Amino acid sequence: MTELLEPELASRVLARALASGGDFAEIYAERRVGLALSIDERRIEGVQSGSEEGAGIRVINDGTTYFAHVDGLDPDDLLRAAGEASSALTAGAVAPRGLSGRETEPQPIEQRPEDVPAERKADLLRAADERARAQGPEITQLSASYSEGRRLVTVANSEGLFTGDDRTRVRLGVQAVARRGDVVETGFETLGAHRGFELLDGDPGRIAEQAARQALTLLDAGPAPAGSLPVVVGGGFGGVLFHEMTGHGLEADHVQKGASVYAGRMGEQVAEPLVNAYDDGLLPGEWGTDAIDDEGTERRKTLVVEDGRLTSFLYDRVRADRDGVESTGNGRRESFRHLPIPRMTNTYIAPGDAEPEEMIAEVKKGFYAVSFAGGQVEPATGDFVFGVSEGYLIEDGKVTRPCRGATLIGNCLEALAGIDAVGSDFEMKTGFCGKGGQKVPVGTGQGHVRIRAMTVGGTDV
Amino acid sequence: MSEDGEVLEAAVARAVEMARSAGAGEAEAFAVTETGREIRVHAGAVESLTAATERGLGLRAWIGNRVGYAYGTDLSDAGLGDIAGRAATAAEISDADENAAPPVPDATVPEIEGLSEPSVDEWATERVIELAQAVERTALDADRRISGVEQTVYADSVERVAIASSTGVEGTYLSSSAYAYLQALASGADGGSETGLGFGLSRGPAGLDAAEIGREGAERAVSMIGAGKPASRACPVVLDPTVAASFASLIGQTLGADAVQRGRSPFAERLGEAVASEALVLADDGLDPQGLGSAPFDGEGIPRRRTELISGGRLRTFLHDTYTARRGGAASTGSAGRGGYRSQPSVAASNLVVDEGSLGFDELLGAAGDGIFVTDVAGLHSGVNPVSGVFSVGASGRAIVGGELAEPVREFTIASDLVSMLQAISAAGSEGRWVPFGGSVRTPPLLVAEMTVSGA
Repeated sequence: MTELLEPELASRVLARALASGGDFAEIYAERRVGLALSIDERRIEGVQSGSEEGAGIRVINDGTTYFAHVDGLDPDDLLRAAGEASSALTAGAVAPRGLSGRETEPQPIEQRPEDVPAERKADLLRAADERARAQGPEITQLSASYSEGRRLVTVANSEGLFTGDDRTRVRLGVQAVARRGDVVETGFETLGAHRGFELLDGDPGRIAEQAARQALTLLDAGPAPAGSLPVVVGGGFGGVLFHEMTGHGLEADHVQKGASVYAGRMGEQVAEPLVNAYDDGLLPGEWGTDAIDDEGTERRKTLVVEDGRLTSFLYDRVRADRDGVESTGNGRRESFRHLPIPRMTNTYIAPGDAEPEEMIAEVKKGFYAVSFAGGQVEPATGDFVFGVSEGYLIEDGKVTRPCRGATLIGNCLEALAGIDAVGSDFEMKTGFCGKGGQKVPVGTGQGHVRIRAMTVGGTDV
Repeated sequence: MSEDGEVLEAAVARAVEMARSAGAGEAEAFAVTETGREIRVHAGAVESLTAATERGLGLRAWIGNRVGYAYGTDLSDAGLGDIAGRAATAAEISDADENAAPPVPDATVPEIEGLSEPSVDEWATERVIELAQAVERTALDADRRISGVEQTVYADSVERVAIASSTGVEGTYLSSSAYAYLQALASGADGGSETGLGFGLSRGPAGLDAAEIGREGAERAVSMIGAGKPASRACPVVLDPTVAASFASLIGQTLGADAVQRGRSPFAERLGEAVASEALVLADDGLDPQGLGSAPFDGEGIPRRRTELISGGRLRTFLHDTYTARRGGAASTGSAGRGGYRSQPSVAASNLVVDEGSLGFDELLGAAGDGIFVTDVAGLHSGVNPVSGVFSVGASGRAIVGGELAEPVREFTIASDLVSMLQAISAAGSEGRWVPFGGSVRTPPLLVAEMTVSGA
């Protein structure tokens, strides 16, 4: 593995960080390189190449975290940052343990994206553009973007841990705009993974087709209903439902401050027994997968809801210490400029045994949310909201007309308890999750899921 | 000029030279150094204390009408050479665009007093910790129903920016900012929690009122206790300044000429038309020192200015950077925004300012009669279609009954489209406020004559 720091330098930095005392010290070093390009109005543009290097150093003492970060990995800068992190402490020096390396298994990358000629990436975008426009003359705008990024990570701490990871992610996103007279609709689709360029072997252009079809379908949409209805949520990005509705409320930082509706409910029945859910940081090749979290803890698969019972919160190191448990490997950070906090990795509701067609057929009047544009939750109150990117009315057990501008809102505990069917289909999708000003890649997934009642916020009162 | 200013100016000049050596016809370098601190307080104790230093440089290179961008954190000669090489390579990958050209300075860069404030440097860390603790304590002491504070955050930073281009752009400035916020928790009789955000922002800690920030968070949380769902209906809605700011910021995005020229704005083709009620006057003001988006020049070195966007109910202009100005046969409005050195410039508002009207808050409620006062919205990033302007977002607030605030309401959506909403604004309140959501906005509360509420 490529080490960004020599163990000898890491040891010196840790010793400096503990020069005025402290229970724990850590250095997190990172090199981030990436390339992004897009196509818009049939032109390749926005070509951008980035290269950054830096480190974050933290000292934890008596529950308080002291953190300093610096751009670059110059030894003098690192030692100065370590001094800054420890500057508020006044006790005597503590010696860190000697470092011992721990091997990790980064995700295998078959084809390093940086070895692929840029022209091929541009051609991929041109092909996506052609493919989407071929869906119909009403597709008036098409923009697509390609991005690749590699993050090399080295983590060393005063408990003697010295480890690292090598993370490569590739993502393609397509947005189509369809227009008929004054009606304008958009469609969006992505394909991404913690993998190399091999992700785009096969038929990546299908997502351009899907985005275009979504926009074209919505041209025929009517207003979305307003009011409380049964809702069937589609597979894949529909998993953002569980991410917002439950995942955030299980992050231990919210829980420990009493700012989660799931606080004090461990072991309780929060859903029907047909609901099983995981946060799995190891799913091969998935968008939220890494070998270790950003504190060096090995990633794992955590069962968070078993047969409808709440079974685990999601921990980083600081919150795990506070609860006297082990970290679940969920300490993540956007970059070396951020402190790790409990974050999801790949979160999903495991497949059930219902058939999606039957789940819809059983609904007299309801709403079918095929996919979301995103969602948001306030973990303390449990209030959530999802923007529906593609939604339909269900009438007499049949999917009828498409609806525009729908939002789903509700409260976590009620909605989670209201899941009455989980489909046997299953798909994972990519997303970016924002929390505390930090954005990290996460996977979300599920099959079709049905909820007895949710508020659909449309304009058709 | 300070030492770091000179170092940064030397770096941008050197980067431009290197880009030309690497094959670029024209080049522009933008560099930033920043020092900052952030304090998080919980239950009276310091949860975390962060000291940040950042520096980096972004380089645009033009080869003919092809443009590429690269950035990096290594400002040594070797590092700058690497960035220059990558920028030139990026330009080679791009397709030619006749409007892609470097900015040319069109006016004198203004001097703005008060962009940096001495208390950022003068207040020792202990003193800003006390400020954060005072914010939290005020909230905890404000009402016995306050059960805790999820977090209280204070942060400040001092930023030095330098820019240079092969076409004669040259400049540097220093600015500072400070903000504090808290999320207060209140518990109701049923054991459920309510949250309330209080915040303040300024150029330095001396401009922050800890007691006011804490009081606001507590008041907002307590006011939501016992909230129920409102009935679904179409009714008048009063938008709190924090909510009005979020919508103003969305409208600002749709008024960017880039979105307009690419056919992705509901305001495309509507220049000069009546698009709003006369009660709404909206401008972009890049010069007001109180606005944290202010600076002498924009992300490509063009002077910031004040630009009227909507007045007399009509759409007056779009926001332009150098690219959209060339393409649209207009002049840049100094609206090239940058999210730091890691992003290439693109059209963005600096500070959006909504003019104050004549009605006090009580009069605004009176004018609404029966409706809803919306104090919070959620899901703006997923519930708004910026191309069509159609939106439906989660909301919470208070019912308005007989012109007065009544019971709290939550778990409902408000839906409309941006153009209809602008036309339905029937009054602006008389007290504006700076809000940092989705950019920098100053706005009073706004009365919208009708919006669709979807609740019970």
